[in-house]
Amino acid sequence: MTIRALPLYATIAIFLLAYLICYIQFPAMLSTRVIGNLLTDNAYLGIVAVGMTVVIISGGIDLSVGSVIAFSGVFIAVILRETALHPLVVFALLLAVTTVFGAAMGGMIHVLAMPPFIVTLAGMFLARGAGYMLSIDSVPIDAAFYDTMQDAYYLMPGKGRLTLLGLIMLASVAAGMIMLHRTRFGTNVYALGGGEATARLMGVPVGRTTVAIYAFSGFMAGLSGIVFSVYTSAGYPLATVGVELNAIAAVVIGGTLLTGGSGYMFGTLIGVLTMGLIQTYIVFDGSLSSWWTKIVIGALLLMFILLQKGLLRLRVSA
Amino acid sequence: MLLSTRNLTKTFPGTKALDSVDFDLKAGEVHSLLGENGAGKSTLIKCLTGAYRRDSGDILFEGEPISPQSTLEAQEIGIGTVYQEVNLLPNLTVAENLTLGHQPRRFGMISPRAMQAQAEEMLAGYGVDVDVRRSLDTYSVAVQQIVAIARAVHLSGRVLILDEPTASLDSREVRMLFDVIGDLRKRGLGIIFISHFLDQVFEISDTLTVLRNGCHIATRPAAEVDRMELITLMLGHELDEEKPDRGLSSEVEGTGDAIRFKGIGRRGKIAPFDLTVHKGEVIGMAGLLGSGRTESAEVLFGATPADSGTVEDANGAVDLRNPRNAIAAGFAFAPEDRKTDGIIAELSVRENIILALQARRGWARPIPQAEQMRMADEYIERLDIRTPDAEKPVGLLSGGNQQKVILARWLATNPRFLILDEPTRGIDVGAHAEILRLIEDVVAQGMSILVISSELDELIAVSHRVIVVRDRHHVSELTGADVTTETIVRAIAAPDAEAVA
Repeated sequence: MTIRALPLYATIAIFLLAYLICYIQFPAMLSTRVIGNLLTDNAYLGIVAVGMTVVIISGGIDLSVGSVIAFSGVFIAVILRETALHPLVVFALLLAVTTVFGAAMGGMIHVLAMPPFIVTLAGMFLARGAGYMLSIDSVPIDAAFYDTMQDAYYLMPGKGRLTLLGLIMLASVAAGMIMLHRTRFGTNVYALGGGEATARLMGVPVGRTTVAIYAFSGFMAGLSGIVFSVYTSAGYPLATVGVELNAIAAVVIGGTLLTGGSGYMFGTLIGVLTMGLIQTYIVFDGSLSSWWTKIVIGALLLMFILLQKGLLRLRVSA
Repeated sequence: MLLSTRNLTKTFPGTKALDSVDFDLKAGEVHSLLGENGAGKSTLIKCLTGAYRRDSGDILFEGEPISPQSTLEAQEIGIGTVYQEVNLLPNLTVAENLTLGHQPRRFGMISPRAMQAQAEEMLAGYGVDVDVRRSLDTYSVAVQQIVAIARAVHLSGRVLILDEPTASLDSREVRMLFDVIGDLRKRGLGIIFISHFLDQVFEISDTLTVLRNGCHIATRPAAEVDRMELITLMLGHELDEEKPDRGLSSEVEGTGDAIRFKGIGRRGKIAPFDLTVHKGEVIGMAGLLGSGRTESAEVLFGATPADSGTVEDANGAVDLRNPRNAIAAGFAFAPEDRKTDGIIAELSVRENIILALQARRGWARPIPQAEQMRMADEYIERLDIRTPDAEKPVGLLSGGNQQKVILARWLATNPRFLILDEPTRGIDVGAHAEILRLIEDVVAQGMSILVISSELDELIAVSHRVIVVRDRHHVSELTGADVTTETIVRAIAAPDAEAVA
């Protein structure tokens, strides 16, 4: 187990080291305000990465989530504009839609034995297109309930705000951890990632699990869409292009093996925070181009892929 | 009767895989299923475990007709299976593997402590010392095999089917496994054992059942059958000679044509050794798994380039820095694991046969289609490869025929030095004899061959000389009358002077 957990330790070490470097340069980085913002600003990414972690550990991939987040925003905004429904009812509707959408992709992957890459790529275009069908332009949301949600926070010592959005993300990670590490479903996810044929022989309900995995990812994408719409107070079909790739990056930086079967939910949280930290540093510095975020993330990803390759070698030779 | 079949029949397009087979398994016996590849062993197993649906006939479990629709259902009825390739998940812990699907839960959540306790309880009595919290892939194949058995016994508990469980175990591990099987027999399980190692079959079995071409041929108590009779039952005809005499002259005259390897070796793989390969000579290589046999072959072929030593032939130095150069120098290598290193399952018999020759010619000079067809047909005929036609994907052929296709591939390049790593592993007795005969044929034409094999009888039968490898050193070379099972075993077993220190 120790070798398998090594990427997680590496992730945590890198995050702490990065934070230390930031702190030495800008002591203000350690304030609860920065931490609160880190959680709030990356809430939607963290939530969708929780779903992505489950998908990737099962040996799959879900490329549709970025489009689903955008679709969610437009869906909520248009329905709130056209009807008098309470936002909570709209949220429930939306989560049902995205969960069924994910389940349908999982069903296709299982029944047609198609690669998740292709099925979710189709899902990505479908969701993006559906968003456009609802509205081409950005639709503002001015429900009173949205203001309530935006203003909901817990004031931490040091005047940092632990917002509702940040809390939702932390709760998602916690729920994901329990699901992945403490339920039969979670073990089945690892089993699928370890080898589908073997998992089937050992009695894992492969079809049901696959559908549930993508349904869960769809649900998390929908939840992320809700959080993103609260964050931006608008729905825009062109929003969150490429967020699925950010989520995948966060999962890999979090120490999960892209080939499936190995990884930790907690690592994904650290992965998301690491990516957020880089962004915060660039904001603090003020003179750096924001493209440095991408360059550092690219370098980190490369490092983790090499680390995983090295670990595989280690395990083979052991 | 614990488990029986009556008139069990299963047809695949073109072949009758099982033809009215009657089979009876008693509680508390080890019952071996024997037959050549394609005799119907796997099909019978798959019908019993629900992996296949039978076409007609009955399966009776304790007298009650059953028809399992899946391996899971068979497991619930009481029939558990352990396959050659361990069917567990290497990325999960031992405990998770043991309890998958029935993990103990509290308030809907898995309780790690209860799971660990349950796993330890399941493994108790198997004589393995395992930390169930560690991931499965940190343990040897033998331990994994036993974990798989513990799981199958726990889940089914009446019938245990072991399909080639010893194929990748060394002799000490086989002993460990046999102890476990012996204990389970005492506990009253009915065990179906499948192996192509006849020695093991005789050692462990109470009863033998022979299948041939999908038909039940005979069921006998193991003590009443001898080896010769068993092979006769399996083949349906008297094998000319199970152990062909050493009809070879013990010494091949050193002609100028010899390939001389001097001090060739690679750190961490195989200690430097000398080897002179004469024209028309068969050199056997014996040793335990992991002793450095395969490593020697890979160094000789340039697959892992040597970091010391020289190679010379009549024309001067030979370049063996990589397999391409080795092939150009007239070397050929049929590796041990034909499924991963040898055949390309999706390509046709023809394409597999011409592969090495084409590689040597270079892709700029394709072999004309007509020439390819002619060569494929020639080798199919010459090696008696059983395939409907040359365009059938190799993956669909039986193991023995796949091995012949690999041999054909290298013979087509007309090499002067052919290295065969375990050429007869996992293939049936008939194909076995044919491959040995083929070796004698090509040697008579002047080819030199190095054969690596775990089966000493086979080595003794075909080799002029036998090199014994131990602990990554070439420790002994036996020639002439010295080549006997006893001398080889003694050389393998002798304590190394350095190792003692």
